Parts: sequence; structure tokens; C-alpha cells
Amino acid sequence: MKPLSVVVRTGCDMFAWFLVVFGAYVIIHGDVTPGGGFQGGAIVATFVALLLVAHGGEKVLGWIKLDIYNGFLTTGLLLFLLLAFSGMGNAFLYNFLAVPEAVAQAGGAHGIIPPSGTIALMDIAVGLEVAGGLTLIIMYMFKGSIMTNISEIGGETGHDNW
Amino acid sequence: MKKTIFIMAALIIAGLMFGALDTIHPFGQPGDFAMDDYYIHHALEERSSENIVTSIVFDYRGFDTIGEAAVLFTAVCSILALFREGARKQ
Repeated sequence: MKPLSVVVRTGCDMFAWFLVVFGAYVIIHGDVTPGGGFQGGAIVATFVALLLVAHGGEKVLGWIKLDIYNGFLTTGLLLFLLLAFSGMGNAFLYNFLAVPEAVAQAGGAHGIIPPSGTIALMDIAVGLEVAGGLTLIIMYMFKGSIMTNISEIGGETGHDNW
Repeated sequence: MKKTIFIMAALIIAGLMFGALDTIHPFGQPGDFAMDDYYIHHALEERSSENIVTSIVFDYRGFDTIGEAAVLFTAVCSILALFREGARKQ
């Protein structure tokens, strides 16, 4: 994939970082505003897709360490399972951190941040997982599309056809 | 001949499907909304999350979400296995 023109590259450089911030906002405020872990993670994963389209694969593959996103994916899933198993004293997936009385005392949730407990933490965990997973899918499929180009030697390269 | 049989079968199945639409509840009016009303009226007091959709996804129906997270993990694993890097030895 060849890099696009300088106008597209500059625009994507500017908007990519705003997209990351917006995705983090959607993830963190998942229990208060519309959105949540899955949606915010998909927005964060758009960052790499934008850079890949604008700058071409050669540069972006050099910039991005896939191990970090692999860590995001694994950490998010393990954190989610850990939170799910933490409530095992009452039930699986029990929301042991929630404080529903705070909302009842304030007479509704106006003006206070609802202490929703594990809902907010699970949002962050799933957001990490989705951001890492979708980025890994984009990058692996891009690498695969390079590998499976028909080469001059004949046949596909990259697979284990020794 | 084969094509005619396929077209006939497709028409019959489509007719059955559209016929079954008659027995569905009308558009925009759910058949049973006891569960919806319970969530709308109790989610804020019970789970103290302003976004009721999130409190359903991550609390009331959290087990589904574990499945979704596992599906994503499996998708990444299978894509990594499909597009794995192997070198062709010359």
C-alpha cells in the first residue's frame, strides 16, 4: 500500500489522535453516557486503520509494536474474567462494588457520578480488549494481504508449503 | 430443469416465510414488555448506572458479554493462525 498525498497524511495525523481521545472518553464514560467498551474500543482501533491508509504499510509496520496490542487484548480479557469471578461470594458476575444507596439518597442520579462499581471497570476491560483485538485483526490481515501476493517464484508465499 | 426446481423451491419457502409474518406482533409494539419495564424502572436504583444499556450488558446479562469477549479473542487467534508468517525455504 503506497502512502497517499501530503494533504491526506496531514489530515489523518491530526484526526487520528482526536479519535484516540474520543474513544478513551467513550470507554471511560461508558456507564454514564451512550457508548461503552465495545464501541469505544472500535473507535480506538480506527487509529491504526487511519494511519495505515494514509501512510502505507511500510511505515506503520515499523511504528507499531504488535506485542503491545497483544498485551491489551490479553489484559482486557483476563481483567474481565477476574472481575467476573471476584463476585463469587454472592454469585458469578455479582456487582460487588456498586453503591445503589448513593443514587437513592441523592434522589436520582442528577449531578452525581453513579458509583456503578464493576460496570465501569468491565467497560474499561472490554474497551482494552476490543481496541487491542481489532487492531491486531487489521494488522494481521494487512500483513497477510502482503504475504499472499503471487510472487515471481510462483505460488503463494508466506504459507507453510515447504 | 434444475433451475426451475430451484426457483419453485425458493418461491415456496419465501411464501412460507412471508406467511409466517402474519402471526408476528405489529411493528413497534413488543409482545411482552414486563422485562423492559422492570429494567427501565429498577436499573438505576439497583445498579446505579445511568446508562441502562450498559447495566444490562455488563451486569444483568454479563454472561453474554463474557461470550462476546471470548468470540473476539477466538477471532484474533484464528486470524493469526490463518495469516501466520511462514518462510518459504529456497
